[in-house]
Amino acid sequence: MATILPILPETLLLALAVLLLVLDPFQKKEGNRRLFLGMFTAFGLLVILVLSLLFARPADPILVFGGMLRFDWLGFFFKMFFVFAAAVSALFFMDMDRLNQRAEAFLLLLVATIGMCLMASSSDLVMLYLGIETTSIPLYILAGFLTGDDKSTESGFKYMLFGALTSAVLLYGFSLIYGFAGTTSLYALGNHFSKFDLLAIGITFLVLAGLAFKVSLFPFHFWAPDVYEGSPTPVAGFLSTASKAAGFAVIIRLLTAVFPVISTDWSLILAILAALTMTVGNLIAMAQKNVKRMLAYSSIAHAGYAMIGVVAFSQFGVASAVFYLLAYTLTNLLAFGIVGIVGHVTGSDDVTAYNGLGRRNATLSLAALVAFLSLAGMPPFGGFVAKFFVFASAIQSGWIWLAVVGVINSIFGLYYYLNILKYIYLYRMNNQDEDQHPIPVSRPAKVALVVLVIGVVLIGTLFGPWFGFANHAALNMF
Amino acid sequence: MQFPFLSVIVFIPMVAALAVLTLKPEQKKTIRVTALTAALLALALSIWVYFGYDKVAAGYQFVEKYNWMPMLGISLHFGVDGLSAPLVLLTGIVMVTGVMISWGIDDRPREFFAFLFILASGVFGVFVSLDLFMLFFFYEIAVFPMFLLIVIWGWIKTREYAAMKLTLYLFIGSVVSLVGALVMFWTSGAQTFDMLVLETVKFTPGFQITWFLPVFLGFAILGGIFPFHNWSPDGHVAAPTAVSMFHAGVLMKLGAFAALRVGIMLLPEGAKFWAPLIMGLALVNIVYGAFIASVQTDFKYVIGFSSVSHMGLVMMGFATLKPEGLMGAGVQMFSHGIMTALFFAAVGMVYDRAHTRDIPKLGGMIKPLPLVGIGVIIGSLVSMGMPGFSGFIAEFPIFMGIWKTQWVVAVIAAISIVVTASYVLLVVRRVFFGKMPEEFEGHIPPINWLDKIALVLLMALMIGIGLFPALIVPWVQSGVQHVLTLLGGA
Repeated sequence: MATILPILPETLLLALAVLLLVLDPFQKKEGNRRLFLGMFTAFGLLVILVLSLLFARPADPILVFGGMLRFDWLGFFFKMFFVFAAAVSALFFMDMDRLNQRAEAFLLLLVATIGMCLMASSSDLVMLYLGIETTSIPLYILAGFLTGDDKSTESGFKYMLFGALTSAVLLYGFSLIYGFAGTTSLYALGNHFSKFDLLAIGITFLVLAGLAFKVSLFPFHFWAPDVYEGSPTPVAGFLSTASKAAGFAVIIRLLTAVFPVISTDWSLILAILAALTMTVGNLIAMAQKNVKRMLAYSSIAHAGYAMIGVVAFSQFGVASAVFYLLAYTLTNLLAFGIVGIVGHVTGSDDVTAYNGLGRRNATLSLAALVAFLSLAGMPPFGGFVAKFFVFASAIQSGWIWLAVVGVINSIFGLYYYLNILKYIYLYRMNNQDEDQHPIPVSRPAKVALVVLVIGVVLIGTLFGPWFGFANHAALNMF
Repeated sequence: MQFPFLSVIVFIPMVAALAVLTLKPEQKKTIRVTALTAALLALALSIWVYFGYDKVAAGYQFVEKYNWMPMLGISLHFGVDGLSAPLVLLTGIVMVTGVMISWGIDDRPREFFAFLFILASGVFGVFVSLDLFMLFFFYEIAVFPMFLLIVIWGWIKTREYAAMKLTLYLFIGSVVSLVGALVMFWTSGAQTFDMLVLETVKFTPGFQITWFLPVFLGFAILGGIFPFHNWSPDGHVAAPTAVSMFHAGVLMKLGAFAALRVGIMLLPEGAKFWAPLIMGLALVNIVYGAFIASVQTDFKYVIGFSSVSHMGLVMMGFATLKPEGLMGAGVQMFSHGIMTALFFAAVGMVYDRAHTRDIPKLGGMIKPLPLVGIGVIIGSLVSMGMPGFSGFIAEFPIFMGIWKTQWVVAVIAAISIVVTASYVLLVVRRVFFGKMPEEFEGHIPPINWLDKIALVLLMALMIGIGLFPALIVPWVQSGVQHVLTLLGGA
């Protein structure tokens, strides 16, 4: 029994997925099916979350399953993230017309989550690659799930092509690593990469390119806007949060375990990448008229902020990056949830669809206020403390210029987030008849929104304990 | 364990904001009453704190400290000293009068009061925070509601532009200071954001000289320092009345106060080094602001630029680093807060009735609006530093301080007094006296009793302080003493 604990979340996720498939055919009525699929998945994930928190907490880090996985806090923390994000996404899935009748959609969500969990804890190149593919393939399908919709199809296809290409590059990097080191175990590889030479540079570049794609770091970010725009909104939300966090989990593990010595030399390149990612993401986001595209570019920028913590390359830095991802995940899920609801009613993701939202649904607008201000890094929401810690870690490690680039970027960010609030609160619908056009929010979406808003505020105010968790995750990495 | 006055003061507006949000949008009456009750409660507590402050013992009082995040030494550390106690009181007063004057807001009052109160919470928080992290935390909380308040309820012609400009300026300022603060945190090696500890850390002079400027100027942007004052008149004019009051009355003090607390008090050597520059900038503020104000034709812009000029006096007082100058600056923050609040309230009342703020188009307003006229006259006397009013108590020591430091500056700055006198009196004459244009005859309804209470309260304070300086000077002096100790007993 003890041996299964490290993969308890994965095991339960698999069981949930199987159960879902088995029970699905018994649901005849459309309404029931929607309810069953969403609730069963969300509750199941909640139970998994609770069970894992209760029984599957790691102690000292150990390698398990023949060195395939490392049972440690970093992996565990990220796993809990993914399960939570999946649960929330499942609730949002229920409002998505062609998603909520298909057990496949929920199944794919669960399988992708399993993949992410494996990504976060794998300590072997083979396992890592399997994890990445287990995550990516279901996500390709989910992005292109709306088969009748050209944009969704395009998005799925584009995502797959880019994904396959970078997977190939990544795999090539892995094969080179194995070829030169003779081992695939991450924690044994560290010794082979203690020198900074051309070979190490080449390999790191290949691996980094593959992972940078996953987290949409510049210059591997091109897929993100198109994919997010085309894919069903809740899927985009899941993609931009959990999938990105999973990529970061791998980056953090690889950089700390395999390339620790090189990383100090590489950190300048990473710092430049982080700076460019933030700047490019924010600058292009300013020009967007489609909210989903804007959020896509903003999520690119946020990858840059999180990267600052990684660049700082200290325990505090990693902890702040993890904390950043936590705050960002909650906030962005909230933002995409709102975009999904508005898009569902208005049939448009254009900013003008938000005209008069403040009068159409005041409570939803407040949730939007929380989401966008948190993304902009305003207290008392999660985004502020997250940015604060990331910048603090950069300065601690002497990266003052990077922190300055970061704060300048948060000004750019503030501009376009405030702009959206202007549409929500100031502008009116064409006939100024907002009363006639309410925006209803379904009960599951309400639950999800409330949980997320509370989460964002809690992280932003009582950040001590949360940062404690993040710090725990960063423990034993150096 | 005494009653946690300060945290209650800080969180009352926040709680009230949440409470208001749970009400239905249609319950406008209940919303307004809730808002006023909360504001009165906050005012009552801040009066208690003000008069409960022991001036003889000085130092930080009503101190509360809760560990928030021991790992980084972040704590919820509140306390007031002689400089912040009057500002807390000022915030309470402006909050109450602001709510009274916004009674008539009919478009989504629920959101209006909620945002206004979140803002108030942030302002209180900054004034009482003794923790650098919390100071930034509350500072930002005070910034973003401004955007919404101006954009939604502001003057339709410029609100979008002004709101964005203001928010970006202030945010830029705060993040620049933030970088400086973080550098201070790591350099100190004290592993704490507690400003009482950071005060005792001796940073090297080189470090202080490098980092003083970004930290001080970052905050001073909100204090309206030249050449970053540009956002402020636009912002004042575009904002709805209560927000202008808050904004010019309290928010600009927030900037000046934070610049003093973080800039001068934590980096005293840097302050000494850069004092001439600050003095130069403040001089431009004072004189240039006064001249620009004198050529405005929009009533509200006149007040907006006069704020720039008056805040220059505060900065100037800081830059003298002399007891007189600092004392005057401390009083000026309070006095100017009350005065501008009154001015903006008056402008708002005139504009709501005449629907224009164009000075040449106005006239004879004293007849239908006698109390407003008297208010503006008293405000004008305060703003030109007439003895017997609070402005004198503030400006005289500042000029004494400047004279002791650099008499030339004092002479140049004194020009502003003449200019100020000329333009405020001109405005009073044109708006309130003379012949009332015909289109206004019979179209200017009198102000209601809530407006009257607000005006009388503000007037009484200005005269009260002018006649009894002992109501504020001992407080400020006890605060200044501490600043001087940090500056090396100068």
